[in-house]
Amino acid sequence: MSESAPYEVVIGLEVHAQLLTRSKMFCGCPTTFGAAPNSQTCPVCQGMPGVLPVVNRRAIELAIRTALAFGCRVNPACRFARKHYYYPDMPKNYQISQYEEPLAEEGFLEIDIDGATRRIGIQRLHLEEDVGKLVHEGTLETAQSSLVDFNRSGLPLMETVSKPDLRSPEEAATYLKAFRAVLVSLGVCDGNMEEGSLRCDANVSLRLRGATALGTKVEIKNLNSFRNVQRALEFEVKRQAQALDAGERIRQETRLWEADRGYTRSMRSKEYAHDYRYFPEPDLVPLRIDAKWVEEIRTGLPELPRARRQRFLTQYGLPGYDADVLTQSRALGDYYEAVLREPASSAGADRPKIVSNWVMSELLRVLPGGDERAIETSPIPPRNLAGLLRLIDDGTISGRIAKDVFQKMFDSREDAPTIVDREGLTQVADETALGGIVDSVMAANPKAIDDFKRGKIAAKKSLFGQVMKATGGKANPTMVDRLLEDKLSKIQR
Amino acid sequence: MIHQPIHALADAYRRGELMPTAVAEAYLGRIDAVDGRVRAYLTVVRDQALAAARESERRWRAGTPLGPLDGAPIALKDVLCTRGVRTTAGSKILDTFVPPYDATVVERLRTAGAVILGKTNLDEFAMGSSTEHSGFHPTRNPWDLTRVPGGSSGGSAAAVAAGMAAGGFGTDTGGSIRQPAAFCGVVGMKPTYGRVSRYGVVALASSLDQVGPFAQDVTDAAYLLGAIAGHDRRDATSIDAPVPDYTAELPKGVAGLTLGLPDEYFIDGMDPDVERAVRAAIDVLKGLGARIESVSLPSTRHALAAYYVILPAEASSNLARYDGVKFGLRVPARDLVEMESRTRAAGFGAEVKRRIMLGTYALSAGYYEAYYGKAQSVRTLVRREFAAAFAKVDLIVAPTTPNVAFKLGEKEDQLSMYLNDVFTIPGNLSGITGVSVPCGFSVSGLPIGLQVLGRPLDEARALRAAYAYEQATSWHTRHPDLP
Repeated sequence: MSESAPYEVVIGLEVHAQLLTRSKMFCGCPTTFGAAPNSQTCPVCQGMPGVLPVVNRRAIELAIRTALAFGCRVNPACRFARKHYYYPDMPKNYQISQYEEPLAEEGFLEIDIDGATRRIGIQRLHLEEDVGKLVHEGTLETAQSSLVDFNRSGLPLMETVSKPDLRSPEEAATYLKAFRAVLVSLGVCDGNMEEGSLRCDANVSLRLRGATALGTKVEIKNLNSFRNVQRALEFEVKRQAQALDAGERIRQETRLWEADRGYTRSMRSKEYAHDYRYFPEPDLVPLRIDAKWVEEIRTGLPELPRARRQRFLTQYGLPGYDADVLTQSRALGDYYEAVLREPASSAGADRPKIVSNWVMSELLRVLPGGDERAIETSPIPPRNLAGLLRLIDDGTISGRIAKDVFQKMFDSREDAPTIVDREGLTQVADETALGGIVDSVMAANPKAIDDFKRGKIAAKKSLFGQVMKATGGKANPTMVDRLLEDKLSKIQR
Repeated sequence: MIHQPIHALADAYRRGELMPTAVAEAYLGRIDAVDGRVRAYLTVVRDQALAAARESERRWRAGTPLGPLDGAPIALKDVLCTRGVRTTAGSKILDTFVPPYDATVVERLRTAGAVILGKTNLDEFAMGSSTEHSGFHPTRNPWDLTRVPGGSSGGSAAAVAAGMAAGGFGTDTGGSIRQPAAFCGVVGMKPTYGRVSRYGVVALASSLDQVGPFAQDVTDAAYLLGAIAGHDRRDATSIDAPVPDYTAELPKGVAGLTLGLPDEYFIDGMDPDVERAVRAAIDVLKGLGARIESVSLPSTRHALAAYYVILPAEASSNLARYDGVKFGLRVPARDLVEMESRTRAAGFGAEVKRRIMLGTYALSAGYYEAYYGKAQSVRTLVRREFAAAFAKVDLIVAPTTPNVAFKLGEKEDQLSMYLNDVFTIPGNLSGITGVSVPCGFSVSGLPIGLQVLGRPLDEARALRAAYAYEQATSWHTRHPDLP
């Protein structure tokens, strides 16, 4: 939305993250994704008569860890509540969630927008259980029957509600990316949006610039990728602006983003909004959060992406772009620093940047930097990349050959010396041998020599190329350059 | 062997005078002979009972019984989930429901060697005080078949009174154990909220429900409670406190104990026979050396109203899961919403529907504070008043009910039915323990109950006073004439 537009965009995001626990929120069933339907269920997560929930302590711990990372106040006591609505994928027809007494409140997440830092408020963070999944026979419209898979029912979800502090669809997408990075680096969520481990709903409204009151908000559901968040919000902002321009009122409603068709459509209006009839869950006692436990969790917090980015700038003198790329996931930052910790042949001041270049241009050419597991299980571990760089530093191979060796290391999982030895890739740095090759190349190219004599500097480049070609690229380029320089200057004289 | 208390059966087993198989057969025969008239049972598990009895008999013969309940024939209210045995909660909507799990209470009873005879009738989902509102059929009072056995655990109370089980279990949400125990002339105990696990107990109102025993005498009640009490990791509301030997303190007597007599529990309009019997019982206790002191529980008159907000609210939520999607009754329809509505319309009885509507209303946006919030405040007051009273007295004694068993169909107006629980409901709202023990008969020959209320987790003392009274009287040795 351009600056001249009369409206200010106001967006708040609700993010649901599945916590990385081994068992479900209120029962002992496993949480593995993709198991056979209803194979990971028990009477509790199927909502059978008389069964009772028991809180998963690990889920509480992961939520507290997240709350602390966002600077939230962790409440000394919190409580679960029942949220009622009828839906066949929800076995009890109520969801155990938190309402008036959430686990944590009042935190923030800082994001970078156009080089400036924006602090986005986090209103609350609470825990709840996931629902099951409906499987329709055929399409939803034509299905004669539907089946319910309760494997997902009862998985631990952490809902984090931002304040309406986001001012553009782009900011919303940036917030979500940063949010995901924090969760992943904390190890509380795998951040996989396709498998639904991270889900996002948005509240969006417009108001005239300068106005302080909020406009009528519309909730948009089904935003399951960064791109969709931005696209859906862009569509919705445009839709609302057009409606306001035409003098219409915005209806308070819930809209569904149809990613394939690129528009939002009305799901239900405010009149049909659920009355969830919340009340404190009588099957669970209020949860007292021990302050000592919170402090223990705080002590164990890892470095968060923004802090690490800042440290990469100051400690390693990296450009902002490099720091951004290298801190996109915890694993990638760890990888980079692991390479730096390995011994080097010549630890020059520019080593951090050289390593950064290799990671960014070579490693990220073959592996997705945001994928923690892919980086952690890279066929080229940090030790091997450092080994490759040492071969360049000590002149064993050239930078160009090193790129081929890198690919071979990736394919075979072997280290650089093994490949270089076996394939005879050691560069020629024998002065006598190289001198002979330079002499014969010069003898075979009298025209280039003539050109050089007439002052055509480019002729030297051509000769350099011929020498490299004659050695199969293995000649030490620095030495070739010096020998050429030497011999050409003699001719001139 | 019918009408012998469980501890007497165990003595006989030990001496080899009786054996569990013969006893189980006798009880099953008694059910055949009597239950056509009383209709206490919804399901009798003959083969399973006999198999369990044979196992028990093997243990007794080998001299390795599992404890005093080994071989005891018992009845379970049909809200206690039994693995592989249909569990209906007295509702058509669960007519076909067979749980794949045992309630913790059932698991513990099996571990103690008890012989489960079957599942007993109740007011649908335990909503009622007469067992007339079962989805299947009413149960009758063994003392007078034209009268109700009380409820909601009327089936278990009637089964024990009629000699169709040596002991039984029910649930007490607002008096559903104590009231039918009083009406049927047996001992019935509601433990402290959290003393007994609720896991596998079909929920009515989660913050009030508690499982407890029906027994022929106080000693049996102590054994039956001892078998089921204690912490359960599967119930977050269960209390992690050691379980005393409830029989150990029984003989200590009441000399030196101070018993509180609440003014508010003797009200206008109560049956004069009940008042006479209860006052006489208090004199007996006084004669045994107890000090009697008057206490005041002024919020008692608000307790009923608060209860009828909290209970329907929680019930409306707990019963939301019965929708025809996963288990139990399903009435086919063209689409999902119609299927769910038709299933609930056909599966639930009128009283259940009434309470679901009441509860849904009480929890609705805009009404929550005025109803549910207010009711919770009353609950806090009731709890505080009990705490204040228990600071002065060791136990509170009172009538269990204001009247004796009424006739089937007599209380058509639900409000007068609700008033039946006026003396038992405060115990549930405050979470304390209470036991009803037989204390006489009306002129018309119907049993009357004395209620002994105790501090949270003070079951042992409540049982001790009940035992002292029982040993000084002979009411518990009388049985209905039901050939």
